[in-house]
Amino acid sequence: MGYSFTVPDKNWAREPIERTEILWIVIAGSWCLFMFCWMIAWHWIGNQNMNTEAYKTFPDVYAKKTEDFTKQYTVRQDASDPSLPVVAPPPGSDVYIAGSIFQWRPVLELQKGKSYRLHISSLDYVHGFSLQPENINFQAYPGYEQVITVTPNKAGTYGIVCNDYCGLGHHTMLGRIYVKE
Amino acid sequence: MAITTAQSPFRTDPLTGLRIDLAAQALVKTNAVLAVVFLLVGGLAGLLVALTRWPAVHLLPADLFYMALTAHGLVALVVWIVFFEMAVIYFCATSLLSCRLAAPKWAWAQVVLMTIGTAITTVAVLQGESSVMFSAYVPLAAAPHFYLGIILFAVGALIGCFVFWGTLVIAKEEKTYEGSLPLTVYGCMIAVVIAVFTLATGAIILIPAFLWSLGLIKSVDPMMYRVIFWGFGHSSQQINVVAHITIWYTVAGLAFGAKPMSEKVSRTAFLLYICFLQLGSTHHLLSDPGLSASWKIVNTSYMMYLAVLASLIHGLTVPGSIEVAQRRNGLNNGLFEWLRKCPWGNPVFSSTILSIIIFGFIGGISGVVMSVEQINMIIHNTIYVPGHFHATVAGGTTLAFMGLTYYLIPVLFQRQLIMKPLAAIQPWLFGGGMTVFGVALMGAGTLGVPRRHQDMTFAGQALSYDYGGMNQLLMAVGEIGGVVSVVGGAIFILVVVGSILMGEPVPANAKCIVAPPADAGGHKKIGMGGLEAPGTFVLALTLFVCLVLYYFVNFKYLATLWPMN
Repeated sequence: MGYSFTVPDKNWAREPIERTEILWIVIAGSWCLFMFCWMIAWHWIGNQNMNTEAYKTFPDVYAKKTEDFTKQYTVRQDASDPSLPVVAPPPGSDVYIAGSIFQWRPVLELQKGKSYRLHISSLDYVHGFSLQPENINFQAYPGYEQVITVTPNKAGTYGIVCNDYCGLGHHTMLGRIYVKE
Repeated sequence: MAITTAQSPFRTDPLTGLRIDLAAQALVKTNAVLAVVFLLVGGLAGLLVALTRWPAVHLLPADLFYMALTAHGLVALVVWIVFFEMAVIYFCATSLLSCRLAAPKWAWAQVVLMTIGTAITTVAVLQGESSVMFSAYVPLAAAPHFYLGIILFAVGALIGCFVFWGTLVIAKEEKTYEGSLPLTVYGCMIAVVIAVFTLATGAIILIPAFLWSLGLIKSVDPMMYRVIFWGFGHSSQQINVVAHITIWYTVAGLAFGAKPMSEKVSRTAFLLYICFLQLGSTHHLLSDPGLSASWKIVNTSYMMYLAVLASLIHGLTVPGSIEVAQRRNGLNNGLFEWLRKCPWGNPVFSSTILSIIIFGFIGGISGVVMSVEQINMIIHNTIYVPGHFHATVAGGTTLAFMGLTYYLIPVLFQRQLIMKPLAAIQPWLFGGGMTVFGVALMGAGTLGVPRRHQDMTFAGQALSYDYGGMNQLLMAVGEIGGVVSVVGGAIFILVVVGSILMGEPVPANAKCIVAPPADAGGHKKIGMGGLEAPGTFVLALTLFVCLVLYYFVNFKYLATLWPMN
């Protein structure tokens, strides 16, 4: 007797649980446990994990670092936008990219199969670093510098889109990474 | 205890037999009407957003688009829903416990504060200086009154929560019920606990943002803002989950005479929500710098997925209780006779069952998968995210609220529904549209299309990136789904407002619209293979298989990406 919206039987806590529910709780519970373990295990068995290396910084400090890095390794101006330097850092080195309204700078040229320590930060607002068409997405903050070791495994031209709203020109904010064979 | 014993007048409702406190009824009606008004505002803003993100239409220029998106987020995601939830908690605490409402004057203060708050923030957005999105990440600055309005709204809602608590205290004190709280009221109580946490968190971060916008404090750390903001932003959606699941249970009882399969299981599942659901706020921070992997894993999994387990349990027990009731009422043949012979043309039922299906199969599966620490990297901030939360909030919460509204109009307003054939197709339009919208946007998001973005073609940009024809198509299909659900929403508003203003009064000799309890003298031996709800079990296994497959498909995709650590 009773509904969900009426007072339950006095001994509701002692009523037996029906078998459908027990079976489902066992199945669902096991899967939940599996997912939890799998997420931990991926840190060892998987090659795609977030690094937790990060630093507190200041926008002007990070801007200076990016500028020095750009000066050191610029190889040419970009063909699509001659105002943008294309930077080709040596494999294994620290690579800096800065988001600011409304651009990701500089344009990078990386080599396929080589690893780079990619630093990401913002100089003004919160931005979204979205590498396309790989579809790898990170959050970029002013004042925080995130370091991720990436190993491009396909050659090609990649776009960097801003995918977190940063102002009225947000949808014009782009960057680029070239990956050479 | 300083509780006055002054009795408010009551009426006994002929349709439900409930003893309804008239002071509470006025508040429930006011909150519900305001909710529907704001659903109209939020829906119109949503239509403008959909018509802009539909690539072939591309209606609004950037400034108006971001303004409409900010308005849509705030009004549809928060204002409509919280007003409706205030109506639900007042109704449940009073009518289901035959109790008077504690402090009706404070409850009116809730209405006034929330309305003024909404008005102030809406004005701020329409003035154009506050197109900062619902999330308003600092240092993106809105006008001071943008934050002030949200703070007033939150304070109002907090007052509503305490009026609910007060009512429970009075009911206990005046012994208006014996024994444990009904499951529905218990569910509301869980929602209110989460709401208090949520609203307090909102105040903790929006007050500094407000002071910063006034220039009274120098800066607010952007990362601290995001961490605390999502304790408010995500948790507010957890209130909705609890509220709409409570409504599922309630409608199963009202429409089928169903009782919970096991009070113990359902209540324990609700309790798991209190303990673990809030940890889900971390889902927004998985691609952020500096947070440790173990912190992310514990939180994003709601402590070993215990809150997911709770949702999976509710997903079985609600349709399971309907199946048991139908079988006891004689529909005991085969696996799915009980389901085939459900009242599919009754909008109260169809809204509820569609809400369960859309929330479970689309919102639930996508939510579990996207909140995996590593999978999040291929989904974070893409249009997948709106695809997911429209399936949970619009397809899940809003649709469940619509179903309950159809039921409560004759009860609270004592008017019959008008345009019943239109009402019968409304949940299908709204739910169907949201299904298409959710699935298409999840597809486009998997392929990288960004959220909160006015021009995915990057027209005229030197570094232009081409998302390709498939994404254009997915966005078009999704936004057409969005437009269809706006039509569904418009029909809902038309039927509701029309019924309130022009519906026939409910006749004095109307029959009770609560289904008789299904277990009174019904068939005792039901089900198949030793299971009382075998059909639901098969449906649950189908969901399980979909979830497992989709989970591994995403890992397969993830494994092809640039190696990272």
